Amino acid sequence: MNDADKRLLDDFQRDFPLVARPYAEIGKRLGMSEDDVIQAYANLADQKYVSRIGAVIAPNQVGASTLAAMSVPEDRLEEVAAFVSSFDEVNHNYEREHDINLWFVVAAGDVAQVGAVLGRIEAETAIAVMNLPIIEDYHLDLGFKLEWS
Amino acid sequence: MMDVSNEDLKLVEAICGGVPLAARPYQVLGQRVGMDEEEVIHRLQGLIEGGVIRRFGVIVQHRRLGYTANGMSVWNVPDDKVRAVGEEMGRFPYVTLCYHRPRHLPNWPYNLFAMVHGAARGKVLEQVDEIAKVLKLGNVERDVLFSRRQFKQCGARYGCKGKVDNEPCTFD
Repeated sequence: MNDADKRLLDDFQRDFPLVARPYAEIGKRLGMSEDDVIQAYANLADQKYVSRIGAVIAPNQVGASTLAAMSVPEDRLEEVAAFVSSFDEVNHNYEREHDINLWFVVAAGDVAQVGAVLGRIEAETAIAVMNLPIIEDYHLDLGFKLEWS
Repeated sequence: MMDVSNEDLKLVEAICGGVPLAARPYQVLGQRVGMDEEEVIHRLQGLIEGGVIRRFGVIVQHRRLGYTANGMSVWNVPDDKVRAVGEEMGRFPYVTLCYHRPRHLPNWPYNLFAMVHGAARGKVLEQVDEIAKVLKLGNVERDVLFSRRQFKQCGARYGCKGKVDNEPCTFD
C-alpha cells in the first residue's frame, strides 16, 4: 500500500467532505486528481481494505437493537447457533470463550420486534436468553487510527 | 436527539450501501430518493449535527488490516461511577465501542462493555490492563471474552435492502 492509500484510509474516516465533488476536494488536499482518488478508493474496496464510504448510525436512532447471549451446552452449540443465525434480524453471531458462550446482536424496526425474536429463540431452544440492551453509550466513534508498520 | 423525518430515513436507507464512487455522489444518491444534490448534502449535515449519523467517512476493514483480535472487555463498575468511567474508557484509541448494559445477577455481574481491538490476543490483554491501570480499576471485577467462532458476521442491517456481506455492523 502506498502513502496516498494510507492517507485515503486514515484521514477520511470522519468528516468526509459534504460538498458537490468530495473526491475532488480530497484530491486537492492530497495533491491527486479527482479521478485518481475515485480509482484508488475503488481499488481499496476491491482489495477489501475499505468496506464502504458511509454513515455509522448511532444505536437505536433508526430501529432498535440489543446484544443477547446464551449459555449453550457444547453438544448443542452448532444447532442453536444455526437457528439463531437463521433470523434476518440477527447480525453478528459469535461463539465467545465463556460459560455464556453464544453472543449475537438483534436489530429490528422497534423494541417489540426485537423482543419477539428473543422470545422465539428462547421458546424454540428452551435456553434462557440474556437481553443486554444499551442503557447508555459512551463511545464517540472517531474512526480507527491505524498504526502502519 | 433530533426527530428523524421520513425523508431522512429514505436517505439513510439509500446511503447504507455506501456513498457512490462517482464524481457527484450526492447527486447520484439524490436521484435514488428523489432529492436534489443540495438537499442530500443539507440533510446529511443535519443528521450528523443532530447525532443520528455518528460518523461519516471511510469505513475500514480492521481484520483485513491485521487487527485480527477483538476482546469484549466487561467490567462490574459501581452504578454511581459507571457514567464517569464509561466516558473515560470510550476515549482509549483501541476501544471501538463502550456501552452501559444491564447486569443479570447472579450469572452476569458486569455492567460496562468495551470492545478492544488489537493485532493479537496478547496485545488486547495488555491494553485492557492499561485501561485498568490508568482508570484505577484494579479492584473492579472484570473479564475479557475473546471470540472463538464466527457463525454470522452480518445479516441485513435494519434500513438496508438486502444483505451486506462482510460488513462491520452498524449496530453492535
